[in-house]
Amino acid sequence: MKAAIVPRQRPRDAKLLVVDAAGRLEHAPRALLAEYLAPGDLLVANDAATMPASLHGLHLPTRQVIEVRLAGRRSLAVDDVREFTAVVFGAGDHRTRTEDRAAPPPMQPGDALALGPLRATVLRTLDHPRLIALRFEGTPDAIWAGIARHGKPIQYAHLDEPLALWDVWTQVAALPVAFEPPSAGFVLDWALLSALKRHGVGFATLTHAAGISSTGDASLDARLPFDEPYHLPASTVQAIARTHAAGGRVVALGTTVTRALEHAASRGPVLRAGSGIADQRIGAQTRLRVVDAIISGTHEPGTSHYELLRAFAGDPVLRRASNALERHGYRTHEFGDSVLIERAEASACDGCNAEASVMAV
Amino acid sequence: MNPSNLSSLNGLRVAVTGGTSGLGLALVKALRARGAQVAFVARDAQRVAEVARQVAGSHGIVGDVSWKIDTHALAIQLTSALGGVDVLVNNASRLGPVPLAPLADTDCEDLEAALATNLVGPFRLTKALLGALSASARAGGPAAVVNITSDAAVTPYAGWGAYGASKAALLHLSRIWDEELRPHGVRVIAVDPGDMDTPLHAQAVPDADPATLKRPEQAAEEILALIAQHAAARAAQEVAA
Repeated sequence: MKAAIVPRQRPRDAKLLVVDAAGRLEHAPRALLAEYLAPGDLLVANDAATMPASLHGLHLPTRQVIEVRLAGRRSLAVDDVREFTAVVFGAGDHRTRTEDRAAPPPMQPGDALALGPLRATVLRTLDHPRLIALRFEGTPDAIWAGIARHGKPIQYAHLDEPLALWDVWTQVAALPVAFEPPSAGFVLDWALLSALKRHGVGFATLTHAAGISSTGDASLDARLPFDEPYHLPASTVQAIARTHAAGGRVVALGTTVTRALEHAASRGPVLRAGSGIADQRIGAQTRLRVVDAIISGTHEPGTSHYELLRAFAGDPVLRRASNALERHGYRTHEFGDSVLIERAEASACDGCNAEASVMAV
Repeated sequence: MNPSNLSSLNGLRVAVTGGTSGLGLALVKALRARGAQVAFVARDAQRVAEVARQVAGSHGIVGDVSWKIDTHALAIQLTSALGGVDVLVNNASRLGPVPLAPLADTDCEDLEAALATNLVGPFRLTKALLGALSASARAGGPAAVVNITSDAAVTPYAGWGAYGASKAALLHLSRIWDEELRPHGVRVIAVDPGDMDTPLHAQAVPDADPATLKRPEQAAEEILALIAQHAAARAAQEVAA
């Protein structure tokens, strides 16, 4: 597929491939998305804002230039902002494909890093020359100020222009906890939210720290996605319960929403509000308990995002969908076109239905 | 005003722009005194640090709402200081030409500066915080934007052209945005606090007798009562739902 190279969240000619539960394909303008949802359905989005997670600076022991990409955190608590997992690159910028970026200088625990106004210390190396745990100095307010003022959103080599934060914040972006944008949410604008309301489709959100999509390093990428903290509000759990009780579908806007909801559902017989860390992989073997359909960007086979789609549809259907995307010139990557995939009928077999569907309270 | 209503401010997450002087400072103090969580924005780093020290538990953020480039940094700092935002008070204001001047003598740059601070800045910051505000609304919170306007937005006072035009635009922006956002649970409220004894008023009318002017503390109490009333109404709605 062609990469979308212009950072426009809602291009007027954006396309939507709809794959229904029977595996039938339909092409639609994405602007008509609301019409592919039914009254009584619930659309669930990730309202994480994207933090400017790319920090340029120096590895002080060697005085070498580095780029630190914040990539993981153990919780979403706003005052828990000192320690991060980070991927470190050597000199260069996003114009070089991540695959070709220089390695950082060898790093040891205790090494000091100067990242603009921020000071940090390497806590641990994590079994890989590019991967470290680091700790910022200062108060939470000062650390947030440093990240907000010095950081840049993680850039993509396939885009012509550098991205600004307003390019990567969705229209519902709230807490700045995502490391890369939850880009399925780019379809949202307030006109769509009003259209959903008119159409009787519910809208709810959760907050999930969407992690980095690719490091350019095969051995690191094999470890993606990293563990991702999330928060599921009580109002969303209630909306899911009402939706399922009335026979509506829960439609996840993006892989991060699917990962968070299915993680929360796996923790007990009932879906509960609160915080968790999504550490599971979703794939062909996963039995979905909450999510009935997913709206996502287009993903190519072999990526973790594509793997997740295999929980919704069988390989023959996904192969046909991939061919259709290719044939009809769909664009891929963050600013590309979208798919709406309804969970295949076969996976909701009668025998497993009772235990597969989790009651929400 | 029903004082018992003010208890609904406890824990409310409020962002205030222009928080180091005049009405903004009075709001920061009064909100903290009522148990709200408060983060404020102002341009002067030293003043921000002073006020943050003076008002225990408040979060001071240095920035300029009239600068586009500051918008998202401010949104990040405000939401992370408060863990979300229930109420945004767009209070930071700019007079335009000092001393006041007839429109025909007003430099274009002074008009643009007044529009940048009083209209475009609040528009941008509200837009950047709308995700946080609507998250508050979906969780049943009393999400609101309070835009500080002026009677100069309604009455054509000679000499107040830049300020009056910018506040008139802010007033109308508030009314339209309220129509659009009310169905989503976010209110946009324009408030005219009256002529107050503030640094901005002193710039405009240097020889005014302070005794004839409203104290900013009193205006702040009136705005708190308004926010509390909105919060109580929202809470009642949630109980009914």
